Amino acid sequence: MTIEEIQNEIIDEFSMFDDWEERYQYMIDLGKTLPLIDDNYKTEDHIIKGCQSKVWVHAEMNEDKVAFTADSDAIITKGIIAILIRVFSNQHPKDIIEANTDFIDKIGLKDHLSPTRANGLVSMIKQLKMYAIAYQTQLN
Amino acid sequence: MNKVLSHTTLDVEQIRKDFPILKREVNGKPLIYLDNAATSQTPQQVIDVIVDYYSNYNANIHRGVHSLSQEATDAYEQARIKIQKHFNAKLSHEIIFTSGTTHGINLVANGFSSLLKKGDEIIVSALEHHSNIVPWQMLCERTGAILKVIPMNTDGELVISEFEKLLNPNTKLVFVNHVSNALGTINPIETIIEKAHNVGAAVLVDGAQAAPHIKANVQELDVDFYVCSAHKMCGPTGVGILYGKEEWLKKLPPYQGGGEMIAEVTFEKTTYADLPHKFEAGTPNICGGIAFGAALDYMNTVGFNTLANYENELLEYATSQLQAIEGVKIYGTSKHKTSVISFNVGNIHPYDIGTILDKLGIAVRTGHHCAQPIMDYFKIPGTVRASFMFYNTKEEVDTFIASLKKAIMMLS
Repeated sequence: MTIEEIQNEIIDEFSMFDDWEERYQYMIDLGKTLPLIDDNYKTEDHIIKGCQSKVWVHAEMNEDKVAFTADSDAIITKGIIAILIRVFSNQHPKDIIEANTDFIDKIGLKDHLSPTRANGLVSMIKQLKMYAIAYQTQLN
Repeated sequence: MNKVLSHTTLDVEQIRKDFPILKREVNGKPLIYLDNAATSQTPQQVIDVIVDYYSNYNANIHRGVHSLSQEATDAYEQARIKIQKHFNAKLSHEIIFTSGTTHGINLVANGFSSLLKKGDEIIVSALEHHSNIVPWQMLCERTGAILKVIPMNTDGELVISEFEKLLNPNTKLVFVNHVSNALGTINPIETIIEKAHNVGAAVLVDGAQAAPHIKANVQELDVDFYVCSAHKMCGPTGVGILYGKEEWLKKLPPYQGGGEMIAEVTFEKTTYADLPHKFEAGTPNICGGIAFGAALDYMNTVGFNTLANYENELLEYATSQLQAIEGVKIYGTSKHKTSVISFNVGNIHPYDIGTILDKLGIAVRTGHHCAQPIMDYFKIPGTVRASFMFYNTKEEVDTFIASLKKAIMMLS
């Protein structure tokens, strides 16, 4: 699936919920599906700055696609990073770099997050794209 | 505390009508504001004073010959006298207006840089806010003085026997908060001041967390410096005071250069103005100072004994309800506490709880509360902190507990 197709799929899933509680419950459940980062990578180097809770992300090149793994010590944050990884993982670096992230607004994620968390969300996307840029440079 | 005045003397429903913000909704739910240790809410009486100032007599003070300036100066200086009386300072010029507690601490720390020499010692407590540790580290770097720390025990209380061991003739300054912002512990400042004075050290007390709940009598305490902020006492942000004994304030050099703080200026030499103006360079927060006075009037009308008794009841009520929830661990279990509860639930991250509570209209603080050393001591990333003020109710505590249970259910 392309990034856009996955994003549409997520928008569809979230549109089924009537209230914030169901959205959050779903997000928490998605957190449980997160491809977990190897404990060896849970170091300062892998922490995303700007998040109020700890978030670790690691990226690897798998043939010509970037595969992300991650973890967080907060369960809601884990749900958010799980959504982002579902969108961006196993995609070409170029597609990750060029990807639009409007879907976050469309699923009401940004509205439903406190400003500190929303900032964390921006930092997470930035970090995932940074990895993609780094791998794209290698491919060139 | 005066137990004769029971909570029945506090008409909470009437008091709540004074606070317009308490009528609002957050995320479709009635706001339950339990982040009072960060900032308190403002009663209409204080808001009216702010509006009146900008509507009727906004002018720069101390310099103008015109009527408006005179009115503003009078109101500002009357506020200083109100504050002097509130803290029972001997002289009104012992009250210096600041931008807040942090400013007051930095003013004293900066002043001591000219009084300290290599090998002198400063003692701070382990219960401090970040902002309270940094100025002393900077001061020690500048002067070669040594920073020592009073340790705390597992209840979050300072260990006074260890403090005694730290004291010696090289001790020049002891800095401690009256009440810990992260845990709510009321520190035995009377003892600390007495013991510090025995070795000739000055004492600076951070009253930011205490001043909204305890009326400090600076002469009775014999404290050398006491600082606090208006915004935790039903006043506006951006204003606070430093109380200093006259003899100390005369010894300290000015903190900032500028208007108001000078007597005479030539390019060869400047002579400084008398107290309090020596420490009040530039145009101050005039409206803020006046509103601070109004906030003290408001709180004194409610009565500090009455509000402290009532807040203590809320604290006990909320603590017993929290303790009944499985997995709750409260940090800061001293018998002497203000109405602050810092806690965690099992392994749930404080941010997760704070986020769900916010969705339910409840404002709490989450994180390390700018007191990383305390969090390191307990080996936790942070806590959820609920802090109560006299306008909170037992019904709000009930809703908070029910909402917390819901959050736990969602997050487990």
